[in-house]
Amino acid sequence: MSPGSNDPSSLLERETLAAKKPNLRLRAGLVQAVRHFFTQRNYLEVETPYFIPAPAAELHIDAIRAGEGFLHTSPELCMKRLLAAGYPKIFQVCKCFRQGERGSRHLPEFTLLEWYRAETDYLGLMEECEEMVVFVLEELGLPPRLEFQGRTLDLQRPWHRLTVQEAFERYASTSLERAMESGRFDEILAFEIEPSIGFPKPLFLYHYPSALAALARLSKDTTGYAERFELYVAGVELANAFSELTDPVEQRARFEKELAKRKEQGKTVYPMPEKFLRTLPFMPESAGIAFGVDRLVMLLSNQKEIDSVVSFTPEEL
Amino acid sequence: MYNASNLRKGLKILIDKEPYVVVDFQFTKPGKGQALYRCKLRNMINGIMLDRTYRSVDSFESANLEQRKMQYLYSQEGHFHFMDLQTYDQSALSAEQVGDAKNYLIDNLEVDVLLFDGRPIGLTLPNFVDLLVTRADPWAKGDSVAGDSKPVTLETGYTLRVPPFIDEGIKITVDTRTGEYVTRVK
Repeated sequence: MSPGSNDPSSLLERETLAAKKPNLRLRAGLVQAVRHFFTQRNYLEVETPYFIPAPAAELHIDAIRAGEGFLHTSPELCMKRLLAAGYPKIFQVCKCFRQGERGSRHLPEFTLLEWYRAETDYLGLMEECEEMVVFVLEELGLPPRLEFQGRTLDLQRPWHRLTVQEAFERYASTSLERAMESGRFDEILAFEIEPSIGFPKPLFLYHYPSALAALARLSKDTTGYAERFELYVAGVELANAFSELTDPVEQRARFEKELAKRKEQGKTVYPMPEKFLRTLPFMPESAGIAFGVDRLVMLLSNQKEIDSVVSFTPEEL
Repeated sequence: MYNASNLRKGLKILIDKEPYVVVDFQFTKPGKGQALYRCKLRNMINGIMLDRTYRSVDSFESANLEQRKMQYLYSQEGHFHFMDLQTYDQSALSAEQVGDAKNYLIDNLEVDVLLFDGRPIGLTLPNFVDLLVTRADPWAKGDSVAGDSKPVTLETGYTLRVPPFIDEGIKITVDTRTGEYVTRVK
C-alpha cells in the first residue's frame, strides 16, 4: 500500500489524534491560566535542566539514563538551589521522566507543575493549591461543580482535610501501624483508601509516616510524622507537597538510606547530589509542591485515561 | 525471566507451570510509594481467569511459547484445522480455543498459531481481514432507530453494522480487535 493511502491503521491513528482536540485545547488554556495565576502573584517562572547528573535518591522513583547522566524525575533539586540563592517564589511547568511508569494515570514522560515558596509551610501550600485550581477554573470559564466519570465534583473552597492515620481508621481493613510493619502501606492506600477519597470535594491527605518522605521536614508537634500532604480529587492523586527539610546532615542520611535500599533491590544507585546538599543550609524555611498537569486536565475534561489528554503516548509514536 | 515492570496487556507468563496471558492490567503507584501491578490473567489452556497484584520486586518465568505462521484449512466436528506454512504439519484447535476468531476465519487466511511446549493452544489474527458480504438488506431511509448504519452478514456468518452503501457481494475490511467495520475494499 502506498504512503498516504487508505491504510486502515493510519486512518485509525489520525482519528484517535483528531478526537483528542477538545482535550488538547483545554490543556493549552489550562497551562496559560496556571502561568497567569503565578505571575500575578509575583512568582518567577524558571526553567531548570532536564538532563542532570544526579537525581534525588528515592527508593521508588526510577530515573531514565541518558548518556553519562539522567533525565530528571522532577525539577526539585535545581529549584531548591534557586530557592537557597535568593529566589523566594518560583514555579516551573516542565516534562519529567520516570522509568516504567505507565498506566491509565501514568506516563513515563509527563508534565509537572512545581512551585516553591519561602516563609511558608505545607499548610500554606494547601491554601494556595485551592486558590490556584479555583483560579484556573474561572479562567477556563468552567463551573466549580463538574462531572467526573459519573461522580459530581465540587471544587469550591474550602476543601477537605484528613490525616493518613484517620484515613486508615475510616477506610482501611487494618491500622496504619500494622500496614507499615507488614510493608502493605502502598497497597492499602492504593486499593482501599484512594478509591474512597476526594469527592465530591477534593481532599488533602496529610501527616505521612516519616519513613515515607525522603525530602520532607518532620513535624515539630506530633511525633514521627512528616509535614507532607497529597491532594486527591475523585480518587486521583493530583499533587504531593511538603515543608522542605533544610538540615543537610539529616538530608544526606536520608539519601544514603534510600540509596542503600536501592542497591539492595538491584536498582541504579545514583550519585549523591553534592551541590544540592552544599546549598541546603542556605535554603529558607519553605514549602514546595509537585502538581500533575496531565491529571488536572483529565479531571477537568472528564477523561478516564491519561492517554486522552496528551497528543502522543509512547505507544503511539 | 520477566520482572513486574515488564507486565503489559498481552504479556505471557508462567504461573504454576501453566501459561497465562495478562488480559487486564492496572499500573498504580500511590504518592512516592512502590509500583503496584494489578492484573487479570487468563489461563491460556483452560481460559480460567485469575486476579493477582504484583509489586516491583516480583519476577516471573516466561512461558515456552512459540508462534507459527499457519494457514486456515477447514473446520470439522468442532475443531479448526491449520497448516504450518514452513513444515506443512497440520494442527487443530478446539472451538473454545478459537473463540470469536471464528468470525474471521476464511479459507487460506494466514494466522499465527500459538504453541505451548509444542502443543497448539490459540491463535492470533491479522488486525484487519477482508470479508465478503453475503447478505445485506436494502437500507430503509428514515429508519431513525438504526441511525446511519445497517446490519449485514459476512461469509463467515458474522453479522455487524456497516454504512448503508454496503451491499451484497461487496468486500469490506473488518478490524478483528474490535469486530467493527473499517472500510470498503476497493
